[in-house]
Amino acid sequence: MKIVVCVNHVPDTETKVKVSPDGKSIERTGVNFIINPYDEIAVEEALRLKEKQGGEVISVSLGGDTHKETLRKTLAMGVDKAVLLKDETPRDTFSVARALSDYIKELQADIILFGKQSIDSDTAAVGPMVAEMLGIPSVTVVVKLEIKNGVVLAEREIEGGHEHVETRLPAVVTAQKGLNDPRYPSLKGIMAAKNKPIEERQPTPAANKVEIVAMQKPAAKTPGRIVGTDASAVPELLRLLHEEAKVL
Amino acid sequence: MTILAFAEQRDNTFKKTAFEIVTAAKKLAESSGAEVVGIVVGDKVKSIAPALGTYGVARVIAVEDPKLSQYSSTAYAAIVANVAKKIGADVVLFPATAMGKDLAPRVAVKLDGGLAADCTALRWENSELLATRPVYAGKALIDVKMNSKCKVFTLRPNVFTAVAVGEASAQVEEHTADLGDAEYSTQVKEIAQSSGKIDVAEAEIIVSGGRGLKGPEHFKLIEELAEVLGAAVGASRAVVDAGWRPHDEQVGQTGKTVSPSLYIAVGISGAIQHLAGMSSSKYIVAINKDKDAPIFQVADYGIVGDAFEILPALTQEARKLLGK
Ligand SMILES: Cc1cc2nc3c(=O)[nH]c(=O)nc-3n(C[C@H](O)[C@H](O)[C@H](O)COP(=O)(O)OP(=O)(O)OC[C@H]3O[C@@H](n4cnc5c(N)ncnc54)[C@H](O)[C@@H]3O)c2cc1C
Ligand SMILES: Nc1ncnc2c1ncn2[C@@H]1O[C@H](COP(=O)(O)O)[C@@H](O)[C@H]1O
Repeated sequence: MKIVVCVNHVPDTETKVKVSPDGKSIERTGVNFIINPYDEIAVEEALRLKEKQGGEVISVSLGGDTHKETLRKTLAMGVDKAVLLKDETPRDTFSVARALSDYIKELQADIILFGKQSIDSDTAAVGPMVAEMLGIPSVTVVVKLEIKNGVVLAEREIEGGHEHVETRLPAVVTAQKGLNDPRYPSLKGIMAAKNKPIEERQPTPAANKVEIVAMQKPAAKTPGRIVGTDASAVPELLRLLHEEAKVL
Repeated sequence: MTILAFAEQRDNTFKKTAFEIVTAAKKLAESSGAEVVGIVVGDKVKSIAPALGTYGVARVIAVEDPKLSQYSSTAYAAIVANVAKKIGADVVLFPATAMGKDLAPRVAVKLDGGLAADCTALRWENSELLATRPVYAGKALIDVKMNSKCKVFTLRPNVFTAVAVGEASAQVEEHTADLGDAEYSTQVKEIAQSSGKIDVAEAEIIVSGGRGLKGPEHFKLIEELAEVLGAAVGASRAVVDAGWRPHDEQVGQTGKTVSPSLYIAVGISGAIQHLAGMSSSKYIVAINKDKDAPIFQVADYGIVGDAFEILPALTQEARKLLGK
């Protein structure tokens, strides 16, 4: 089975966002970048599929040289081959999906795994876009995955429950928290990853449809009122919620 | 100009977001002279379609087929894109729900359109359509515009208020699905409902518990309050990772982003990743015994005290107030 997993390199969740002077992006200095947490789950699932069914796992990332750090991490986890689609131009999701799908088309993959969403852009779109561009099915926000004889049985999270979805390979699956617990790379894995090459490719040039015109920080909240320090404050709290906030 | 508004239904009942979406479409149309067309997809959905008229939509396209009774991403996406092409839609609106977020990217590709996901505001500026959307889990907001002819948006639930404008019922046109077998390749076989649970992503009120609750057995204090308030139960990642609560209750940057009208955080410190997921709630209440907990920085009202003392009192008083 040929398994492809797409990984993004994103600011870690501790990042305190500062808007850079261009007013359209964030200040990157001092920001620590990590593998997108959902993509780590996707990598783990790719490795488990390979361990069960045999095959090859290829990780792909589109971005600048810094993305090699994330690709290196996927190699340390056990991925066979890592590919950087090297490009520094800011891209919208459509343009990211175009470059990924153009490259993945060549690979004839059986399954392509993504994270549910990047925690920077929060779009949750690249996976299903790639599927549509390749003309194959997609199942998103998956918390349970089983593949037998080319049939995909996936459980995806919806409001108030889970959908049990059936489709066929080749397919795109996007990983949600709960699908698995990603492994820590072993020391051996980390050492081996240092020597594995990362293939570099020239991606399809960006052709963005969406343009960021401005970025702001949301209006800071002024800390509210401390109503009390024990249960005697409860009636006053309820009165405020009922009469002032009018939410009860 | 034409705006196509996807009205989500499940079990032949419109979701609340369906009315939010058509109201948003109507607002955009009013300031631009566009026509709004609603679309509803499913089995026997023609009969529910006229209700969209209440929200000011005159024309609704119903696509019904027994094969569409359960959701199919491939079929639904093909249907919406086909209708969008047929009516020459310039704008397509979806709710940012499990279904809308699944469909919108596929539809955008089919229509060669840009996509702005999880928008919290839409407006015209110099005859250009601008969307505001949170990024970095709400730590920043961006305004975006699109250069594609067709523009696709998903709108965050609970943010756009549905406004009923009258009793009018919409004119319903029936279109056939007209799809090949390949388009039904992806099928929902079954839905496992979390029994009677309100989902945090849809709730008007959320009561969330964190590590301050000390153990899974104490979450019944949270559940009791939630029940009285008709609220969903939420959780911090710490208690999800500890296995005290299920994944689908996690609020935050790697959980669900929520914007209920009331969010009550109990025994939650307010780590940056948690705040990212809930700070856009309309009102926030914090109950924490540490007066310096960061959660108080975003709370509208707080009680600095012991959850084990305050929760039972709150449940009891709320029951009285709400006459339950
Ligand atoms: C990559 C990454 C992603 C993350 N994503 C998320 C996410 O999506 N969501 C999320 O929530 N976290 C997330 N986190 C974790 C986050 O950093 C915090 O660790 C977590 O939110 C803490 O949970 P907590 O507030 O329940 O626990 P703690 O931080 O331990 O806080 C417990 C609080 O309870 C209070 N308390 C104790 N006893 C009582 C009592 N008797 N009565 C009242 N109050 C009491 C304490 O004062 C304290 O403030 C993420 C972390 C990482 C690294
Ligand atoms: N630059 C990128 N390179 C590789 N994969 C990506 C990139 N951006 C997004 N992805 C993948 O697409 C998923 C969804 O991203 P998004 O649509 O940006 O939220 C991520 O979890 C990744 O798996």
